[in-house]
Amino acid sequence: MANQEIKMETKKSPIINIAHMTKVFPGVKALDDVSMDLLEGEVHALMGENGAGKSTLINVLTGVIPMDSGTILYNGQKAEFHSPQQAQQAGISTVYQEVNLCLNLTVAENIFIGREPKKLGAIDWKKMNADAAELLERFDIHVDVKEQLSTYPVAIQQMVAIVRAVDISAKVLVLDEPTSSLDEKEVQQLFSVMRRLKEQGMSIVFITHFINQVYEIADRITVLRNGKFVGTFDTDKLTYMNLVSTMIGREFEEMVAEKKTEIDYSKSPNIIELRNFGKKGKIKPLDLEIKEGEVLGLAGLLGSGRTELARLIFGIDKNDSGVIYVHNEQIKRMYPQKSIKLGLAFCPEDRKEDGIFGELSIKENIVCAYQSSIGVLQKIPKSKQEELANKYVESLEIKTPSLNQKINKLSGGNQQKVILARSLATQPKMLILDEPTRGIDIGSRTEIQKMILRLAKEGMTILLISSELEEISACCDRVVVVRDREMVAMLEHTEVNESSIMKKIAQGGEN
Amino acid sequence: MLKRLLENMKEKKLLWPSVALLSICLINFFSIPNFFTIVVKDGHLFGSVIDILNRSSVLIIMSIGMTLVIATRGIDISVGAVAAVSGAVACTMIDAGQPLFAAIAAALMVSMLCGIWNGLLVAKLGIQCMVGTLILMIVGRGIAMLITGGQIVTVTSEAYSYLANGFLFGLPFSLFITAFVTIVILFFVRKTAYGLFLEAAGTNPSATKFAGINASNIIFIAYVISGVTAGISGLLISSNIKAADSIHAGHWKELDAILATVIGGTSMLGGRAYIGGTIIGALFIQSITTTIYAMGVPPEITLIVKAVVIIIVTLMQSDELRMMFSRLRKSERLTI
Repeated sequence: MANQEIKMETKKSPIINIAHMTKVFPGVKALDDVSMDLLEGEVHALMGENGAGKSTLINVLTGVIPMDSGTILYNGQKAEFHSPQQAQQAGISTVYQEVNLCLNLTVAENIFIGREPKKLGAIDWKKMNADAAELLERFDIHVDVKEQLSTYPVAIQQMVAIVRAVDISAKVLVLDEPTSSLDEKEVQQLFSVMRRLKEQGMSIVFITHFINQVYEIADRITVLRNGKFVGTFDTDKLTYMNLVSTMIGREFEEMVAEKKTEIDYSKSPNIIELRNFGKKGKIKPLDLEIKEGEVLGLAGLLGSGRTELARLIFGIDKNDSGVIYVHNEQIKRMYPQKSIKLGLAFCPEDRKEDGIFGELSIKENIVCAYQSSIGVLQKIPKSKQEELANKYVESLEIKTPSLNQKINKLSGGNQQKVILARSLATQPKMLILDEPTRGIDIGSRTEIQKMILRLAKEGMTILLISSELEEISACCDRVVVVRDREMVAMLEHTEVNESSIMKKIAQGGEN
Repeated sequence: MLKRLLENMKEKKLLWPSVALLSICLINFFSIPNFFTIVVKDGHLFGSVIDILNRSSVLIIMSIGMTLVIATRGIDISVGAVAAVSGAVACTMIDAGQPLFAAIAAALMVSMLCGIWNGLLVAKLGIQCMVGTLILMIVGRGIAMLITGGQIVTVTSEAYSYLANGFLFGLPFSLFITAFVTIVILFFVRKTAYGLFLEAAGTNPSATKFAGINASNIIFIAYVISGVTAGISGLLISSNIKAADSIHAGHWKELDAILATVIGGTSMLGGRAYIGGTIIGALFIQSITTTIYAMGVPPEITLIVKAVVIIIVTLMQSDELRMMFSRLRKSERLTI
């Protein structure tokens, strides 16, 4: 990896130098020997799919969590911050996606909170408001500083946060996905603030999922994948395609399974049929047929609309246009209980947030979805529960000392298997898997991938959402590509390979 | 064997509440003569222990409903007021010459409506539980006063008084009511899948969607049950004093019920519902009160004594504190 480090420009010197940073969480290496440097007066994009380690890197850098090994040089001196406050005092400020300001205070109060200008021991409101207005003027932000912050859109709030950080003598600014909830005009406003800061010699770390924006604003790009450093690149020397491929990765891990036998599913009956099906702001209306027995891939970058489509099909969100047919029967209103009754099951992407019932046992976590499908009054007898749980603990090789173990205590990979077991226990005809191997160790990852193929061979219909292209191309018969909340391509089974998927994901932006 | 029992109690969170209850009993055994003596008078059992059990009934019943609500990450601070409404309905109807069963049935129906109201606000309309139930906490006593016409309605019905003051097979009748309510709710929670869904919804509401569990219905039912249990407690309170006192009936009882639940091991963060623990918690709270009176603690400091005891018990339950202690012990060992 060392050969990928780029030559430093003569004028600029690194303000931050991170070397061999490693951070291990139970069951997963969040950062594995990551090195990068940040130059004075540059906008440095930090990219990678979810779980790549971007947030962990920032959290370690700004003192939210300690690192296990490695060094940070700040202004050429060894530094390790023990809290975000310490980092801030040293000049490293972070502005998060969710603005952490006080929405109920005025703009001026937010900028000066904790360091209000005083006159005779009391707050000098006049000076505070004047100073705040002047500060914002400098960045071309025209707002009434005496208004409550909550009356302004998120973009303004974010810029207020940035201005506040800058005013507290920041030398390095970390922007964690600042643009994810902004519209195009607001993004441009933010970028003009960023450019101005850059001219003043500020170094900016810019985390985002939006590739277009990176090309617009960033000087250099550092890519992380699965906690590993992939490389730092000059933006103008890295093509769109190459960026996507470095983010998603092409190295084959020990993917043992051979591809499914080539069966043509086009004559098979539809299990799901979507006509003009979509929801505003989630996914543009689309037509799609999912055939019985096939593995349909849903590929695209994060935020492209892939999870949103799956949630609409399962009925967690309601579509506002089009119709859905399940087994050729039109369903007026899909909702999760109904979906399960119709033979659908959903393993969500965010295991902690949407998957596990942390306080409950493995057994309870496995049986609950099946129990909900047969109703609350008819409780599954204890012996049957144990039999069911045992069956899946064995067949999915879930490593646990007992069925009564709290699921919290398991590793990520084993938790994922329990969630999979919960879905399988409902005996579904179609399984929706949203990033089934994200953020888990390589061992469990391979096991889960094998399991997907085994289920497919046994005739299960699977809708597989994944950012791992090798996973998609190894498992899927057909692949739907989504980009910017729109279906942009359908690859039939002869066309399914990594480079074709990658092309479709990247192309959308260049058309 | 003993170790297994201890492990099991720890698992079910019964260990620390039981230790607390046992220590109170021990203190009483040594400091209050004849604390455990039970005498037979007129074929009825009498004694401090029986008295505590009898007086705990109101709190136990109320706290069981509270436990279900708290397990959903919620809270129901209207239970004291609902108890007052229930007593007001029953006493006013009996006073007006209605049959006893109609009066009780009406009181329970009204309590259930109170629960439905709370459930609608919190589970269906998504109002913050504290705020949602605060409404009924305030307006409940107003409704009770409206029903009783602002008076304390006294009843002379012997049958009604029997609920709280009567004896059956030598034991206070209220114990049978408590046992009945406990068994019915335990049956509903543990023998149907309701408990599983309740605990799932309390642990991780957003995951219930993917598992096909209708969390809002489950939470709604918890509030309805809490309303009904509060109503039953209200009947016992008014039966005990043979009157409906809209202002004082069940006053501050909601706080005792929350405390009993928490002492019993159910977390305010939701998740597991420990009904057994709650019963022990309620008995513990009643024991302290009785003990304080029996020991002749001057009335002006009883509240402070109660608070100190509760602080000790809650500290005992703190995992954090226990970890600090074990760390201290470890570091001591290291330095030696």
